[in-house]
Amino acid sequence: MASFYEGPVQRLIDEFGRLPGIGPKSAQRIAYYLLKAAPEDARRLAASIVEVKEKISWCRRCFNIAEGEECAICRDTRRDSTVLCVVEEPRDIVAIERTQEFRGRYHVLQGTISPIEGVGPDQLRIKDLLHRIPEEGVEEVILATNPNTDGEVTAMYLAKVLTPLGLRVTRIASGLPVGGDLEYADEVTLGRALEGRRVVDG
Amino acid sequence: MRTTKLGEADRIISFMTQGHGKVRAVAKGIRKSGSRFGARLEPTSHVALQCYRGRELDVVTQVETIDANRALRESYACITHAVPMLEAVDQVAQEREAAPALYRMLVRALRTLSERPSPVVTPAFFWKLLSLEGFHPYLDACVRCGEESGPFTAIDLGEGGVLCATCGRLGGRRVDPEALAFLGQLVGGELNHAIANPPAPEHVHEIERLGVLALEYHSERRLRSASLL
Repeated sequence: MASFYEGPVQRLIDEFGRLPGIGPKSAQRIAYYLLKAAPEDARRLAASIVEVKEKISWCRRCFNIAEGEECAICRDTRRDSTVLCVVEEPRDIVAIERTQEFRGRYHVLQGTISPIEGVGPDQLRIKDLLHRIPEEGVEEVILATNPNTDGEVTAMYLAKVLTPLGLRVTRIASGLPVGGDLEYADEVTLGRALEGRRVVDG
Repeated sequence: MRTTKLGEADRIISFMTQGHGKVRAVAKGIRKSGSRFGARLEPTSHVALQCYRGRELDVVTQVETIDANRALRESYACITHAVPMLEAVDQVAQEREAAPALYRMLVRALRTLSERPSPVVTPAFFWKLLSLEGFHPYLDACVRCGEESGPFTAIDLGEGGVLCATCGRLGGRRVDPEALAFLGQLVGGELNHAIANPPAPEHVHEIERLGVLALEYHSERRLRSASLL
């Protein structure tokens, strides 16, 4: 199909169209917005895209996103280095940090074992995790992968590999979401919530 | 059978049904922790569900668990044996084309693996699936020369049966005669006996590997999850 737009505009629309969740129509809409926007707004957007690609890389210890060689969490000496929380993606760190319940360090696997996609343990940062444990004197590993099939498979695999090292290997609990109704809970979640019940101090 | 992320919090769920063959539907909001679907639409679950017929994809409206097959999901060995079965059915089943025998076979295989975890279940499922699709292996005589007395030493996936010692030298894949006897048990309907008295692990693995190769040969697609078997 012949292009109806000037070269630079078409190129911009094509670039936006390659982003996740953005189709040709949305790409057109964003391009038009930028054409109308003030030049400094467009320049700021361009500069921040260039900056993030130049300055941000993976932390060499935990594979979180980092400005420089190590991320802010790995650089923070006040954190407890004996507890390591294993997550799938850097955005999971943000979710856990928001709870303000965890003061240890993290390790990002950058994915999960996915039998159906043919992703095996070798394609994840598991070897790096095994190197870190003796180096940093880790005593407990918390497996905080997602509670779906791929996340559970990954957690089971890690438990199999880590337990023989003499560590305390724990899995985050599954149960009912706070604010939800019991009658709508599915059998697996409710079953696990019952298994993991706690004594209430009277 | 399979789930694919869609947008921010949705997933496309692909499942096998009794009356409509393979169906793909969107489960809205399933990735949020307060989702009303929760764990019901995870692979290996056996559920009763209601869908709204969409233009391209259906939308899941209600789900109730029949059997969560929880034991499957809580053991690494079980889940890595269950997922290849799901993937094989996903490849073979046609969308909106009823395949009740295939459906029943999958439900039974998942239940068996959940109740009696055995490495025998997956290879048995692969070969029964091949039989159901019309590729029942010919094990009684050499497929090339018709020799009936044996011993048979190889299998030819293209010809769909065993080869005698002479023909086996010219082609096919070498197979241990004991492994072939085990295959005969599986396709001959002696699965319970095979689960109770499993042969040597290397024979089970050999037949499992051959089942994967035969499925891949006939479907002309790679069975990706077989790499974790």
